Amino acid sequence: MEKNDKIIELVGVSKEYDNNVVVDDFNLYIRKGEFVTFLGPSGCGKTTTLRMIAGFEMPTKGKIYLNGTDITDIPPYKRPINTVFQRYALFPHLDVYDNVAFGLKLKKIEDKKKDKDGNEKTVLRKLTRKEIDTKVMEALKIVDLEEFETRDITTLSGGQQQRVAIARAIVNEPEILLLDEPLGALDLKMRKDMQLELKEMHKKLGITFIYVTHDQEEALTMSDTIVVMKDGMIQQIGTPTDIYNEPKNAFVADFIGESNIYNGTITGEHKVIFLNHEFEMVDDFEKNEKVDVVLRPEDIFLLEKDKGMVNGKIVSKVFKGVHYEYVMMVGKNEVVIQDTKEYEVGETMSFYIKPFDIHIMHKEFVSNIFDGYIDKNNKLLFAEGEWECNVTDLLPGSSLDEDGYLVDKNGKLYDLTDALVKVEVGLKDIEIIDNEDDGNVSGEIVSIIYKGDHYQVIVRTPDYDDFVIDTEWTWNEFDKVSLKIDPSKIKMTLKKDIKEYVKD
Amino acid sequence: MLKIRFQRKHLSIPYAIFLILFIILPLLLIVYYAISDKTGAINFSNFVNFFKDKNKLGLLSFSVIIGLINTILCLLIGYPIAMLLVNKKYNKSKVLFLLFIMPMWINFVLRTAATRDLLYWIGINGGEMPYLATMIGMVYNYLPFTILPLYTTMLKMDKTLIEASYDLGARPHQTFFKTIIPMTMPGIVSAATMVFMPTMSSFVISDIMGERKISLIGNAIQFNFDQSRWNDGSLIALIMLLIIVIISLLTRNIQKQEDARGSIW
Repeated sequence: MEKNDKIIELVGVSKEYDNNVVVDDFNLYIRKGEFVTFLGPSGCGKTTTLRMIAGFEMPTKGKIYLNGTDITDIPPYKRPINTVFQRYALFPHLDVYDNVAFGLKLKKIEDKKKDKDGNEKTVLRKLTRKEIDTKVMEALKIVDLEEFETRDITTLSGGQQQRVAIARAIVNEPEILLLDEPLGALDLKMRKDMQLELKEMHKKLGITFIYVTHDQEEALTMSDTIVVMKDGMIQQIGTPTDIYNEPKNAFVADFIGESNIYNGTITGEHKVIFLNHEFEMVDDFEKNEKVDVVLRPEDIFLLEKDKGMVNGKIVSKVFKGVHYEYVMMVGKNEVVIQDTKEYEVGETMSFYIKPFDIHIMHKEFVSNIFDGYIDKNNKLLFAEGEWECNVTDLLPGSSLDEDGYLVDKNGKLYDLTDALVKVEVGLKDIEIIDNEDDGNVSGEIVSIIYKGDHYQVIVRTPDYDDFVIDTEWTWNEFDKVSLKIDPSKIKMTLKKDIKEYVKD
Repeated sequence: MLKIRFQRKHLSIPYAIFLILFIILPLLLIVYYAISDKTGAINFSNFVNFFKDKNKLGLLSFSVIIGLINTILCLLIGYPIAMLLVNKKYNKSKVLFLLFIMPMWINFVLRTAATRDLLYWIGINGGEMPYLATMIGMVYNYLPFTILPLYTTMLKMDKTLIEASYDLGARPHQTFFKTIIPMTMPGIVSAATMVFMPTMSSFVISDIMGERKISLIGNAIQFNFDQSRWNDGSLIALIMLLIIVIISLLTRNIQKQEDARGSIW
């Protein structure tokens, strides 16, 4: 990679609106001729980043370089960058031809001229009418709108307006073409066609394309490089295949394609445990590391009961054209599976997955996360333990009535029996007790690592639920202990909307 | 027996009566008076006389000039104000907008008289400087009518078009003339028509502000009717009407582009 290969480079770029960080310490370079896509959910800062490259927004911090020169403070009309806007932003008072010619009419080019004494001078001049005409016609030809020059913008369909917008941008021969969700307003069929056409156009023109979308399929189809973003931060940069097959974290996996994501623990060399079952896999991870496990629905096969790895009950079936999409319940976990064969809802089946289709990702470990639920006595159950938690925390301003139902401010009743919750317990909020019966759960110490000023201990319950604990005291491996957690330190969040539990 | 069944089209009867009684009939009367003489016989001598009379033609062109000057001044002052008002940074609660529009809701005669006194107080005497005082009075009176249509057009204008213009290489002044002005053309046209014609035919402002030293075509109409010279008065009114028709025909194309959205009338 040569340095002058980089056409644009963003160094430590941040953008804040009223102390709200939209783009956070963005570092990226894009090579000449690349097709780069910024992909992420709405509000992830992708459009803001694009607008900073175009010059419509000024970064709060950081620098933007174009071909090595700092363009951070250069206004948009001086940048050799053009944009295709989300809603096209065509000028309604001009016809197709004049829309496309808009930039050319303003442009000044260098020209050699001879003065009286015959010396050659470089002067700036406007393009002649003929030059403009040739370029406009060429651009309209590229977007297949040759016959449309005199048409009014308002008489064009969405797809045609889209093409005019592209022609208007490329006619200026920009070094970079920015596309801000340009296909968002088109119908599915048209979108698919335009995707391929844009890709073709990119090949033909050889300009760098920076494309913004929230549609993962679009990103996978078109890009050379995908930049996955979330909360103003880059999650992963890679080729479509990399991003699909080797997502760096659970967010990327979930955003790119459909995925099943579980909390897992590495139990040995090429071994991982999740869904209460030990699976073989191919990645190298450290033993006892807590990981995110990602399974693609299309990689999972359904087999008859007990023939596969894990049994479960099929609870839903949706026909998707080529395949059926099933949801199988394994304990309290859902597994989404795509299979071409038809099975009935209610059947108990098993599933099978190949070792190399199990994708393991590092997890940033800050707290213990469990899947729990609330029983009919409003007790919180997770990891084989029972806690007297304050369920009114789940709904601010609520209280419990004498029958054990949750009552909100307006007197509405909620029945939380069997409500699924995500449980978070801090590493320091768990106390290890010698006596196996004194705590909430019991287990065995499977790992102890010294972390400078404290030990990180992992306690495994008989059902393979792991607790990670930071403690000042040293313990021994294989010690049988019990764990005590102060219920007030347990953080609960409902997995579904509270409205699901309204009692009528 | 004849039975009249109520149909939806019967709802239009009151409006038809209204139209005939208050619009079509008076219009026909104006036309009749304009092309007849005192005896009631139809002849076109009125027309001929009007266009032969240098004084009357002079009055007409003077009114046109005053109308044009007022329109241009109102647009020059009103356009930046409207731009300022659509910018949320300066007009957060729309209070500023209301302040600029408010004079419209105060009694016209009272407002004009107060303007005269105010000008007198700061040293602009209508008796000594009738043109200046009249122009100030005109601009003050018609400015809200300029701001309102401009403001509504600008509010509806797609702001990304300005960005698109910058993006295509237009500097701020080029963007203003090549994008913002054309985009707000419907507002400019409706603002202009709302200022130009009323200025020409107004007589109260020139009477009060110019202390009767300035006479516009509106003053002439009023004078003729005061003197019971209905034929002459109607003729001038008809000529004014024709001017309006011609102007609206000329501006129709620009208005059509935006379905006349820019105008609130």
